[in-house]
Amino acid sequence: MSAALPVAFAFAWVLARWRFPGKVLVDAMVHLPLVLPPVVTGWLLLLAFSPNAPLGGLLERAFGLTFLFRWTGAALAAAIMALPLMVRAMRLSLEGVDRRLENAARTLGAGSWRTFVNVTLPLSLNGVLAALVLGFARSVGEFGATITFASNIPGETQTLPLAIYSALQVPGSDLQVARLAGLSVMLSVAALVLSEWLARRSGQEKGRHVI
Amino acid sequence: MSFDIALTLSRGERPLRYTFTAGAGLTALFGPSGAGKTSLLDAVAGLLRPTEGHIVVAERSMFDSAAHIDLKPETRRCGYVFQDLRLFPHRSVRRNLEFGRRQGATLDWDHTIDLLGIADLLDRMPATLSGGEAQRVAIGRALLSAPEFLLMDEPLASVDGVRREEILRLIERIRDELHLPILYVSHDRAEVERLAQTIVPVLPLVD
Repeated sequence: MSAALPVAFAFAWVLARWRFPGKVLVDAMVHLPLVLPPVVTGWLLLLAFSPNAPLGGLLERAFGLTFLFRWTGAALAAAIMALPLMVRAMRLSLEGVDRRLENAARTLGAGSWRTFVNVTLPLSLNGVLAALVLGFARSVGEFGATITFASNIPGETQTLPLAIYSALQVPGSDLQVARLAGLSVMLSVAALVLSEWLARRSGQEKGRHVI
Repeated sequence: MSFDIALTLSRGERPLRYTFTAGAGLTALFGPSGAGKTSLLDAVAGLLRPTEGHIVVAERSMFDSAAHIDLKPETRRCGYVFQDLRLFPHRSVRRNLEFGRRQGATLDWDHTIDLLGIADLLDRMPATLSGGEAQRVAIGRALLSAPEFLLMDEPLASVDGVRREEILRLIERIRDELHLPILYVSHDRAEVERLAQTIVPVLPLVD
C-alpha cells in the first residue's frame, strides 16, 4: 500500500491536471483492473512478472525481486487492484482544489513546488487519506488476482478472503469461517466509515474556500 | 514610466487588445464589468499569457512576445490583491501573512500590521473574518511580500459603509507613503476620480 500511494497520486495528478494526447488511454489502463475479471488481471500479472518474462526477469536480476508465490506477489496484486479506486478518489480531491489559491501562492513568490507542498497538498489531504483507506480496504479483500498470480500459500500469500475460502473447503470449520468473515466485515465497515468521514471533512473545507 | 503595456488576450472567441502607458502613482483601469479588466491584471501578474505584446512595469520587462520574455509569476514581484481575496483557508491570518513574506519590504512586519490594524486578527482563521477584515489581511499579505508594484482588483467590492471609507483612506496612504506603482481596477467613477493619478478607460477594441 505504501508503494501504491505515490504511484496512485502521480496518476491522479496527471489525470486531473494535464491534457495530452493519449490521456484516454492512460485513463483506461488505470481503470482496467476495476472492470476486468480479477482472474484475468492475475493472469496478466503472471505473464508480466514471471522470471521468464522480460519485466520479471529484469526485476529479479536487478533487485533480486521475485513475485511468484511470494508475499510480494500478493502485495503487488492487491496494489494493482486497489489502484483505480485510489486514483479516482484522489483525482476528485485534486480537482476540488481551488486553482485560484494556487495562483495566489505563485504571485506571493512561491514556486510550483512550494505551492504544491503548502497549498495543493494540504487542501487535498483529506481526499488523499480517504483514498488510502479505501484502497487499503479494497486490497485486503483481494481474491481473484492474488490466487491466480501468487497462489494460496498459508503464511506467505494467503490473504483474508483466501483463508476464508480455504476454511470453507474443510468440513467442520464453520467457526473459523465465521471468525474470519466477522473480521473482514469489521475491517470493511471501519474503512468505509473512516473514508466517508475524511471525504466529508474535505467537503466542508471546500465550502470555506470562497471567502 | 510605471506601466507600459500593449497586449492582446484571447478570451473565448474574440481577442481583447489593450494599450496604455502610465506614470507614477495609482493608475485606475476603469470600465464596465465584462470588459476584461481582471484578465488584464492576471496578464500583468503572469497568471494569463497574452498571445502577443509587451508588459513593462517600472522599467522591468515582464513579458515581450517579440523578445521571448515571459517571467514566471513568482519572479514578477507583484503584490496582487484579488477581488475574491484568496486567503488560504487552511492557514491562520498570521500564516497567511507569513506565506509570501520577503525581507526588504518598504514597510516591515510591525508597521504593516499597525497600518492595517490587524494585530488582533493574527490567530484567527480566514473563515471567521468579516469582509472588511479579510480585505485588510489580503492587502497586508500583498504588502509583506515586498512587491515592486501593486495590483488591486475592486478592493472595495466586498466592503460597505464606514469600512469602505476606512479602506479608501488606507489605499491613499499606501499610494502616498510607499511610492509603489499601483494598477487599480474599478467600475466606480467617484472612487476612481478620488484615488487615481491616471485613468485608463478599458473599452477593449474588438477586431
